[in-house]
Amino acid sequence: MPLIELHDLSKTYNTAAVPVQAVKNVSLQIEKQEFTAIVGPSGSGKTTLLNLIGGLDKPTGGSIFVEGKDIATLKANDLIDFRLHHIGFVFQAYNLIPVFTAKENVEFIMLLQGVSRAKREQRALELLESVGLGDKVNSFPPQLSGGQQQRVAVARALASRPSFVLADEPTANLDSHTAGALLDMMAQLNREYGMTFIFSTHDPRVIKRARRVVTLEDGAVKSDVRQNEGKRET
Amino acid sequence: MYLTLSWRNLWRNKKRTLIAAASVFLAVLVAVVMRSMQIGSYAYMISSSVKFYTGYMQVQGNGYWENRSLNNSIMLDEKQQAEIAKIPHVTSVVPRLEAFSLVSFGKVTKVAQVTGVDPLVENNMTELKKRLVQGSYLTENPEGVLIAQGLADLLHVSVGDSVVLYGQGYHGVIAAAMLPVSGIVKFPIARMNNAMVFLTLTNAQDIFSTDGRITSLAVMLDDVRNQTAVFNALSSLVGDKYTLMTWEEMMPDLVQGIALDNASGLIMLIILYIVIAFGVFGTVMMMTTERAKEFGVLISVGMKRKRLIWVTTLETVFLAFLGAISGAAVSLAVITYFHYHPIPITGSAAPVFELLGVRPIFYFSTDPGLLINQALVVLLITLTTALYPLFFIKRLQPVQAMHG
Repeated sequence: MPLIELHDLSKTYNTAAVPVQAVKNVSLQIEKQEFTAIVGPSGSGKTTLLNLIGGLDKPTGGSIFVEGKDIATLKANDLIDFRLHHIGFVFQAYNLIPVFTAKENVEFIMLLQGVSRAKREQRALELLESVGLGDKVNSFPPQLSGGQQQRVAVARALASRPSFVLADEPTANLDSHTAGALLDMMAQLNREYGMTFIFSTHDPRVIKRARRVVTLEDGAVKSDVRQNEGKRET
Repeated sequence: MYLTLSWRNLWRNKKRTLIAAASVFLAVLVAVVMRSMQIGSYAYMISSSVKFYTGYMQVQGNGYWENRSLNNSIMLDEKQQAEIAKIPHVTSVVPRLEAFSLVSFGKVTKVAQVTGVDPLVENNMTELKKRLVQGSYLTENPEGVLIAQGLADLLHVSVGDSVVLYGQGYHGVIAAAMLPVSGIVKFPIARMNNAMVFLTLTNAQDIFSTDGRITSLAVMLDDVRNQTAVFNALSSLVGDKYTLMTWEEMMPDLVQGIALDNASGLIMLIILYIVIAFGVFGTVMMMTTERAKEFGVLISVGMKRKRLIWVTTLETVFLAFLGAISGAAVSLAVITYFHYHPIPITGSAAPVFELLGVRPIFYFSTDPGLLINQALVVLLITLTTALYPLFFIKRLQPVQAMHG
């Protein structure tokens, strides 16, 4: 069973004078352990598609199955629960809680899941160690660089032991060196822990590192290319 | 961790939080001090007024208040009076026999209110002896009478002269006596100063042939707040046989005056509450709307709205408690100081108070209920502002919030 199945997925916004179809009849299957980039120019529907897959937005047509469950039919509260337990989010602007330390930011997701204090503290420390921030656990977001904040965001996304991580333009705010280091880290997590990553991006560095590139144009899938097959991420 | 989150969120903008907490603090301080002065002054006014003559309540014969006749007098012996005096919070009971009579000296005759009193207990309650401007008090000369200064002037009578009392006693018996004037007392109220004559209770009972009867028993309390409890105890003791009159029934003008002043005070308080409510609401609104994106992110990553509402409500709770508790603490210190060091009323207002037999001071109440009530009201108003983030978060669309 594929991890994610999109059937004829559509999203139309009726807020403007003229309805805008942001996603048009997209059908995709994403397997576990994939390292997939959803690419396309601005306004092509990347973020909308990610929001639909992440259960942040409701489709106007089609269906979204995650691990066999049609999330489009879930009620609002069930969707929040579903996101908490199945999806890790990484945002372009990091979006950490500014009044929490790096460790507390990672712990917070587990607190929402009801994980005991001792367990969540231990896991938060392990995760921060694994993203190379073992020495920054007690730093607050404003004390960290953009790259470090994004690493904390990745650790936070992984804290809930999600089925996959959705990353919306994760390198957009980072310089090339930091972006490269972040990609290395995510690739390592994909390789070593089998974590599925789905990115929306127009960053060629990310596209180059992806093993599958889905290109959107005007909300529709223009191409779906597998690359670097058999090549191990380094 | 939710508490930590709320507490730290509160201090994200220290200046704003401190200003909001300061407005709550000031609201509590102003409300408590203002009400303390009002309530304290009312209590002092009531206590001065009841001490002046009526007492907090009186036991009277049925119908006596409407028809001041000796025929409505009552028999309350010493044992019964002692039982009443034993009721908790009763500090003294003061028996009186009041009658209207003609008072003559030479060719002048006037109508007077003749009051028979127990000189010692009367003095303990009304400090009648202090009103002496001439002569001696009834304890030193029990056979004599005290005449109010205005009446003495009208009769052209001095200490040492004898006046004739002529009136109607119990059940129509003629009451007549010639009594020496042992002292002249001065009252600040003309109505009393031109009409009062005092003599000992036993003397009055003899002259008016009431045979140990009295017309009223004034009851004094330790605190006006215990009035209801004493009234209930006294009611069960005297039953329907006698009538109980409270100071409110005996001095309706004072009640109306207090009610009017209290209403204006409450209006001021309401205005203060409204100003504070808007001030705190503005802060809470800013604290909420500027974090719309953050709320969107938290809901996206799996935080349920009710938990988010709990966190933001806690922030308002912290803010409210911070202001209310510090406000209550400082208020307590302020009103305690002024309770022991009342503010003197000076200028043209002072003689008016003195004329009424009331010390010209602003008296402050330290009633804990006052402090708790005001702090609770301000706390409640502040907590009401937490409804804004509640509705804001309930309506929040995470995707729209995250993308501004």
